[in-house]
Amino acid sequence: MFAVENGLQGDPRLEAISDAIRVIPHFPKTGIMFQDITTLLLDPKAFKHVVDIFVDRYRHMNISVVAGVEARGFIFGAPIALAIGAKFLPLRKPGKLPGRVICEEYELEYGRDRLEMQMDAVKRGERSIVTDDLVATERAGAHVVECACVVGLPKFKGPCRLNGKPLYVLVEPRD
Amino acid sequence: MAFEDGTDPRIPKIASAIRVIPNFPKPGIMFQDITTLLLDTQAFKDTIDLFVERYKGKDISVVAGVEARGFIFGPPIALAIGAKFVPMRKPKKLPGEVISEEYSLEYGTDKIEMHVGAVQPGERALVIDDLIATGGTLCAAIRLLERVGVKVVECACVIELAELKGREKLGETPLFVLVSST
Repeated sequence: MFAVENGLQGDPRLEAISDAIRVIPHFPKTGIMFQDITTLLLDPKAFKHVVDIFVDRYRHMNISVVAGVEARGFIFGAPIALAIGAKFLPLRKPGKLPGRVICEEYELEYGRDRLEMQMDAVKRGERSIVTDDLVATERAGAHVVECACVVGLPKFKGPCRLNGKPLYVLVEPRD
Repeated sequence: MAFEDGTDPRIPKIASAIRVIPNFPKPGIMFQDITTLLLDTQAFKDTIDLFVERYKGKDISVVAGVEARGFIFGPPIALAIGAKFVPMRKPKKLPGEVISEEYSLEYGTDKIEMHVGAVQPGERALVIDDLIATGGTLCAAIRLLERVGVKVVECACVIELAELKGREKLGETPLFVLVSST
């Protein structure tokens, strides 16, 4: 589901966010129009809009965990976690997290990868959201209330789910 | 443990929220794990507040965060002080035109990269990471910013491994840390 479909139609912040994202053709390989959010991060107002929109959505949903996908999910997830008073849980590439971890393999738009999470970081029944900058294919999550992403392909319009979890997206990719 | 700013009551709680994991990532290393700090909502908030209180209103327009744990602490600070967030990344991660700086590791070298045009000459910047060890990465980040005419006002980390003397490697650039581990 896109933000415009859920109460934010005509919200000027969404246009500002979309305009602040830079498109880099043929990265990391030919044919991919890479949605570069680093230009959004250089615009403090637009960056704040992203966080504010997610915080407004999640602050009253009793979310106790924000899980951010390494590395761009850290950038959006940490400020959201702080603002709603939730724990921040980094989901990391293999071998980065010390201690006991659980591991999940998944497919990217361009490749495969694995994510690890520290065992015992969350309790059964806690409500969480997962943050990343972009969603193109499915990812797995535990106790996930919703997946929150800045950019999402148009196929995610309507009440859609990733692996059974609702998805909330701010803007579509630009050309 | 010694506290950089022993008078602030928030510091001991931040220090105790950091978990030490022996022999990670290899034998002999006592790993300072900040993920337990991130699970302690008050301690994480206090960490960010301490940095924000120090840097707000100091005309800092750039917060540069070193991949990957600098991406957790840098953005909340940037947002709170109204600065840009600039990710400093490992090679080949940033999609556009980049400038890079090489630095020495114990064995071999590594590189850190920043987007061309992310910062302008004359801007005032902070460099943020979770921890300073030998100072190699932070030093490279400072050099990268200075090469394009940015003034690095300070480096800020949650933890300093004091015995590795990273502070000395930063030369003229001041270092501010919350917790100094010996």
